[in-house]
Amino acid sequence: MTLINEPIHQEKRKKVKKYCRFRKYGIKYVDYKDPDFLLKFVNEQGKILPRRLTGNSLKYQKKVAQAIKRARHLALLPFVADNLK
Amino acid sequence: MHLVKTKKDFQSMEFKNQYETVFILTPVLSEDQMRDAVDKFRKILTENGAELVHEENWGLRKLAYPIQKKKTGFYQLFEFKAGPEIVNILETEYRRDERVMRYLTVKLDKYGVEYNEKRRKGELKRVEEPQNEE
Repeated sequence: MTLINEPIHQEKRKKVKKYCRFRKYGIKYVDYKDPDFLLKFVNEQGKILPRRLTGNSLKYQKKVAQAIKRARHLALLPFVADNLK
Repeated sequence: MHLVKTKKDFQSMEFKNQYETVFILTPVLSEDQMRDAVDKFRKILTENGAELVHEENWGLRKLAYPIQKKKTGFYQLFEFKAGPEIVNILETEYRRDERVMRYLTVKLDKYGVEYNEKRRKGELKRVEEPQNEE
């Protein structure tokens, strides 16, 4: 027996590989005028989700962030919200 | 022979970019007053040599958060081709006009132009994604 912390549960989680939906579906432009689409990239408080959750590539994560910020400026998306979803 | 391009060279080349501008007008206006305001900005664009590509009136829309204590606003969109000087002229006018609550002008890259053309034709297919996200 070792003193190193050994995992008790040996269940192996099925790994679902994340992917960038923009690269996969060939979307080249992220539109700030489409708040329903941008809603996929914010949590229920209206915060932008990190790349590790959305799986976006860096290039498109930057575009998404820019689009969300533009949409917020035009009051298409809230800056803060309670129950967005 | 000068290989370096001077400012004059660039001016004579007449840059034309494609821009898109959206602004929000106060909801206190009547339909006619709203139309007047929109006409005014359309006139500013055309008088300064912009070539209007597209315009859209989204009508009275609910805002995601209150602006100047208003919960709704008239949205108007213009898409136009023009040189870069026009943005300053247009935005100064926005700032001077009390009816405008918010405005945004963006330059469209080639993908943006392509996207907007598709959007106009209603060709945008919604990509159906598998709903297995947690």
